[in-house]
Amino acid sequence: MNRYFIVGTLLCFCCAFPSYGEDYSAKRHKMVEEVLADLAANGNPAPGPDVVQAMEKVERHRFVPDWLTRFAYINRPLPIGHGQTISQPVIVALMTDLIKVKAGDKVLEIGTGSGYQAAVLAKIVKSVYSMEIIESLGKEAAERLAALGYGNVQVKMEDGYYGWPAEAPFDAIVVTAAASHVPPPLIAQLKPGGRMVIPLGAQFMTQFLMLVEKHADGTVSSRQIIPVGFVPLTGGH
Amino acid sequence: MAAPRPPFFAIGLLSGCLLAYEIALTRLFSMVLWHHFAYMIISAAMLGYGASGTALALLRERIAPCFNATFLATAAMLALAMPLSFLLAQQVPFNPLELLWDTSQLPKLLTIYLLVALPFFFGGASIGLALWRFGMQAGRVYAADIFGAGAGSLGIVAVLFFMSPGDLLMILAALALFAAAIAAIELKVPRPWLAKLFSGLALLAVVAAHAGWLKIHSSPYKDLSQTLNISGTRMIEERTGPLGQVAVVESTRIPFRYAPGMSLNALDEPPPQLEMFVDGNGPTVLTRFDGNLASLAYLGQLTSALPYHVMGSPAIRLHGPRVLVLGAGAGADVLQALYYRAGRVDAVELDRNIIDLVRNRFGDFSGNLYKRPDVRVHEGEARGFASAGAGQYDLIQVALLDSFGVASAGLYGLSESYLYTVEALQTYLGHLAPEGMLSITRWLTLPPRDSLKLFATAIAALEESGVPDPARRLAMMRGWKTVTLLVKNSDFSPDEIAAIREFSRTRSFDPAYYPGMLPEEANRYNLMARPYFYEGAVALLGPERQDFIDRYKFHIEPATDDRPYFFRYFKWDAAVELFSLRQQGGMALLDWSYPLLVATLIQAVLASILLILAPLAASRARETLPPASAALYFLAIGFAFMFMEIAFIQKFILFLSHPLYALAVVLCAFLIFAALGSWLAGRKQGRATGVRSVTTAIAVLGMVALLYLALLPDLFDALIHLPDPAKIGISAALIALPGICMGIPFPTGMARLACTLPDAIPWAWAINGFASVAGAVLASLLAVHLGFTAVILLAVVLYGGACIAIRGFA
Repeated sequence: MNRYFIVGTLLCFCCAFPSYGEDYSAKRHKMVEEVLADLAANGNPAPGPDVVQAMEKVERHRFVPDWLTRFAYINRPLPIGHGQTISQPVIVALMTDLIKVKAGDKVLEIGTGSGYQAAVLAKIVKSVYSMEIIESLGKEAAERLAALGYGNVQVKMEDGYYGWPAEAPFDAIVVTAAASHVPPPLIAQLKPGGRMVIPLGAQFMTQFLMLVEKHADGTVSSRQIIPVGFVPLTGGH
Repeated sequence: MAAPRPPFFAIGLLSGCLLAYEIALTRLFSMVLWHHFAYMIISAAMLGYGASGTALALLRERIAPCFNATFLATAAMLALAMPLSFLLAQQVPFNPLELLWDTSQLPKLLTIYLLVALPFFFGGASIGLALWRFGMQAGRVYAADIFGAGAGSLGIVAVLFFMSPGDLLMILAALALFAAAIAAIELKVPRPWLAKLFSGLALLAVVAAHAGWLKIHSSPYKDLSQTLNISGTRMIEERTGPLGQVAVVESTRIPFRYAPGMSLNALDEPPPQLEMFVDGNGPTVLTRFDGNLASLAYLGQLTSALPYHVMGSPAIRLHGPRVLVLGAGAGADVLQALYYRAGRVDAVELDRNIIDLVRNRFGDFSGNLYKRPDVRVHEGEARGFASAGAGQYDLIQVALLDSFGVASAGLYGLSESYLYTVEALQTYLGHLAPEGMLSITRWLTLPPRDSLKLFATAIAALEESGVPDPARRLAMMRGWKTVTLLVKNSDFSPDEIAAIREFSRTRSFDPAYYPGMLPEEANRYNLMARPYFYEGAVALLGPERQDFIDRYKFHIEPATDDRPYFFRYFKWDAAVELFSLRQQGGMALLDWSYPLLVATLIQAVLASILLILAPLAASRARETLPPASAALYFLAIGFAFMFMEIAFIQKFILFLSHPLYALAVVLCAFLIFAALGSWLAGRKQGRATGVRSVTTAIAVLGMVALLYLALLPDLFDALIHLPDPAKIGISAALIALPGICMGIPFPTGMARLACTLPDAIPWAWAINGFASVAGAVLASLLAVHLGFTAVILLAVVLYGGACIAIRGFA
């Protein structure tokens, strides 16, 4: 009887920690392929190769809590504590692609969260400046990014409303923190020709993305994008 | 030796605790999650009662020799279970937002459901025991039970004015322990120390309540939890009340700057603000105002400022518009009215705690906003005030009070809202000056949901008010995050249309519709793949409206008082498609609340089969199955009773202003009058077979139900302005007759079964219990789909079926 109990307990332990020794690289590749297929299925243009490469390289399982690592490469948002989430990979890919960043760019991120979006950007651009108002979250993300060798990401635990004037202007801005309005100082810190992207929706529920474009003459226009290929009205019954 | 006396006081007290607990749970669920979950709590209560009935039926012989000990033990277990089951339920990491992402949320929901049912099991067991033990005095025991329940359900509403629901749970535990102590005395238990022990424990529970021992942990995804995560924020004031826990938060390091959907062209920054949350939802902001209107310039950069730019008659310019703000909260819309130099502002707010906070505690901060001579604050419900109000307004503003996250995640999908129904809009329009406007601002959701549903509702309201061409009286403006609908009491003039265009141009907001709008004017600033809002508005105004509504993948049929689910956008067809697109971002477009209701129904059915029916089927009782007619009879009356009760609770929310009031009053009234009906049925049983009394009761009930369906809307409209005590009295009076009628079928059927097949009685209890558990949730599901009228009619039909079935087991 005792023997069965011990074997059963061991089996339970094995089930509880299935991620140990797994090949994350293969899983990541599969996730990226899924993301690309999803974007194509929804009529979104394929993200640039640099975005794909970045998604292939950034270890998402390092950015989620330990108990969720086995879900890290599933295309879904995950809780990261403090009432915050890490975005769905397809949303990260779309957002990163929408701001059209390139090597040598300087990007501002408002809302560091787990640091995953900053890490993806860091693989593409020269420098990422990320701001987080939840101190413990920002500290964890900063430590994580440093430990993982993302030397071109700077994290500051401060109010993101006024942006990062010392490093402005920026080629692109990503605002992942919920805000009731787009802070005017952020628009001011966007370079002419620069782009800002804001995901909108509750936690776990990015429903649409807003892309703000600053034109060469300083005027601003915005676009609202539903990530999913879902048309509310289709012909016929 | 004298016959033992039933523990009347203890029974009354235990019954009161149970009902109070049931109502307290709705408050607790509102605080912890987002919804009151009234249907789930009623269902769980019925499950507890039903399972206790089955347990008693099976263990009766074993319990018989030790009634006193079992009664005391169940009372003590009830005391323990009330706080403990809630504490354990709080430990279950159920997150409704993840319901569609994560299948492990379903067993978590089931665990919460079963934990919630546990106290009802013990409570039901103790009262059921007493009813069984003192069968000869069952009438008096029943009276004590009902009296206690009635007092408990109403008493708790009064207590909630000064005690938080968490502390209240401990007080209820103390009362249940106190009931055990009283029972020990009433039952003359030979161990006198037991009464002292229970009293001592009750005192300890009171001390624990006073010390705030039971902490309520809200979901970390609620607005308040998220705000308190920000460095430098702290709660500076908290008020408790039956309508919600109000929390005021200040942020010393990072200003709040709440300006929903402010124009991208704006350069203004809001002045310092405090945020207010009700049950962790919000915020509604309290803005510092020093009398300098220039500091409020940001309020002119919101879509909700549109009506002030459109109103342009000389009289309004001279005296300033008369404005009515419905749902004033902490006063953001009142400030906006002052910014636009309103001549007079009437602000209606339901929660007296919020009014008091703005007026007194934060009077200096708010610039004594609610004490100004040009601002009159009214405590009351928006619909009630609008119905009763004699005034006429140039502008009625319906404030944007729910949060963006909550609105976009579909968290209110099952919440009744009588603020955005066709009848509500008609009422508002009735209080507009000839050139007046109704302005309603909602969050922008993509693909469009709220705004198109609101537009369709406004068209229906205008048409039902006899307006021949609603298209000439409607305008809608969308920003990047908010949408404002204008409904005018007369046709828009060319000057007003020019003002709409100018407002749009200067703020880069897109007109979604105004009379004479050209297609190329849509979708210019905040670009979308298609001009969804304009196309939707035009389709809704065209001859193909119904076809468009039917084909649209979200539910945008106008909300009515019969189906007041404005926030429900869920459609099964679209759900299947969205679920298949879940990996591609489709999941975010699904409301979780509706699938949650379906999941709750499935678990209610399974749990009641497992805990109520299966134990009987596995026991010797399987040899004494009731005839099919009897089974159908008890099934039908179980469902019918719940359908009536739930429909009445939902219907009375409009009249009594809040779900909690409706739940307390309607439950209490049904209990008392159904008990009266049972008592009347018991008196008659000696003289007649019962078939006639059931038939008569159901015939009367059917007529009353039909009469109410026809008369209640007008009656509510005429009486909604009355003070709360009067409305409670009227509600009870209205429920009296149907309540009495509904109390008759169950005891009559039982008596009939007792004459013919007494061994099948446990089955009758169990089947009725099963129907009550499932019926509570099914009624809510049917109400969402078909409306309250259909639910009530269905109940009448089921009662009619019961009339036929009862003849089958003579």
